[in-house]
Amino acid sequence: MKATTPTQDLMRGIWRENPVLVQMLGLCPALAVTNTVANSLAMGIATFFVLLGSSLLVSLLRHLIPNEVRISAYILIIATFVTVAEMGLEAIVPEVHKALGAFIALIVVNCMILGRQEAFASKRPVGRALLDAVGTGVGFLIALFLMGAFREIIGMGSFLGQPLFGPHYEPWVVMILPPGGFLTLGALLIALSWFQKRRAAGAATAAALAAEGGAA
Amino acid sequence: MGDLFWILLSAMIVNNFTLAMFLGLCPFFGVSARVETALRMGLANIFVLVLTALCSWALNTYVLVYAPYLRLISFIVVIASLVQIVEMAIKKLSPTLFRQLGIFLPLITTNCAILGLAIFQTNRGYGLAEGLFFAVGAGLGLTLALVLMASIRETTELSDVPDVTRGTGLVLIIAGTLSLAFMGFAGLLSAA
Repeated sequence: MKATTPTQDLMRGIWRENPVLVQMLGLCPALAVTNTVANSLAMGIATFFVLLGSSLLVSLLRHLIPNEVRISAYILIIATFVTVAEMGLEAIVPEVHKALGAFIALIVVNCMILGRQEAFASKRPVGRALLDAVGTGVGFLIALFLMGAFREIIGMGSFLGQPLFGPHYEPWVVMILPPGGFLTLGALLIALSWFQKRRAAGAATAAALAAEGGAA
Repeated sequence: MGDLFWILLSAMIVNNFTLAMFLGLCPFFGVSARVETALRMGLANIFVLVLTALCSWALNTYVLVYAPYLRLISFIVVIASLVQIVEMAIKKLSPTLFRQLGIFLPLITTNCAILGLAIFQTNRGYGLAEGLFFAVGAGLGLTLALVLMASIRETTELSDVPDVTRGTGLVLIIAGTLSLAFMGFAGLLSAA
């Protein structure tokens, strides 16, 4: 495994290896609960908490967990934190808990969390594991926020419940319904791919120009 | 009996697990490139879903009444170990079936559709018969979505789509369109 600096560990998950937009992990919650900004943020924060907690514990216990049963051990640790998160949300913000429904419990099977434990936290010291968890968690939160904002602004004409466009705006209701989730993520991915292609083409032209200049 | 039929139909079409509730998206995007693989994945899913319905009913009835906070942990542990045992049993009893379903079984365990089924079944207070019909309906719905997706993807593979949309972006847009089509079934239940 290549050695990385702490900054790389932190920044990697946020953009270049964004769990949702680049690695396509954790899609179920990213599509299911992003119909409003508030729900997206609640989901992002709950997942962030679970990821941070499990990375901490897995990294602390990494010399104690036998290799053969590691996956089951990780799942048990994750499930424990999810139970804590679920009960916490139910106690503090019951209406959010109701809106997210079964999807809080489903954080357990979010492949992004298990993936970080298996690929990173189980092999690194606590500090690095926490940095990685923060980066990945923030990346997930950003992706969810982007989707939630897009869907709420277009589908309801509001942001965090505040109307934006005045009474004459006809909301595009389909965006807050299930098909809107697929369409929004599809549009985001296509936009990203277009952006990357353009940047790659720009870099190629610049390199060609530089080579020409060098030759002349 | 009528209720059971509507539970099945609702889980299969109106509240399709994949297209309306976003459960089981990993296999939906992962193994939907070929119709045949998609069909096998769907069948393996039906099988595991029915097992899960049985397990979670047993857990809910006999164990979790005493310790409700263990719900999530016990569901996932029991389902994962059960699938493992079934996998070993199939390998021993019917090598042909194992070759057809084998590689998909472990994949399915970490699929949110399975845990989602157990949780929805609990939240809605389904009994044994209702749970089984719900599981079969959900499984058929997943299979339907997978096969539809795979047939569309086989066709688009050769068509001339813009370069930037190749890959997951296109698949998501197709999924959105399918989901839009499935929304048309929403009137089915209220009309009945």
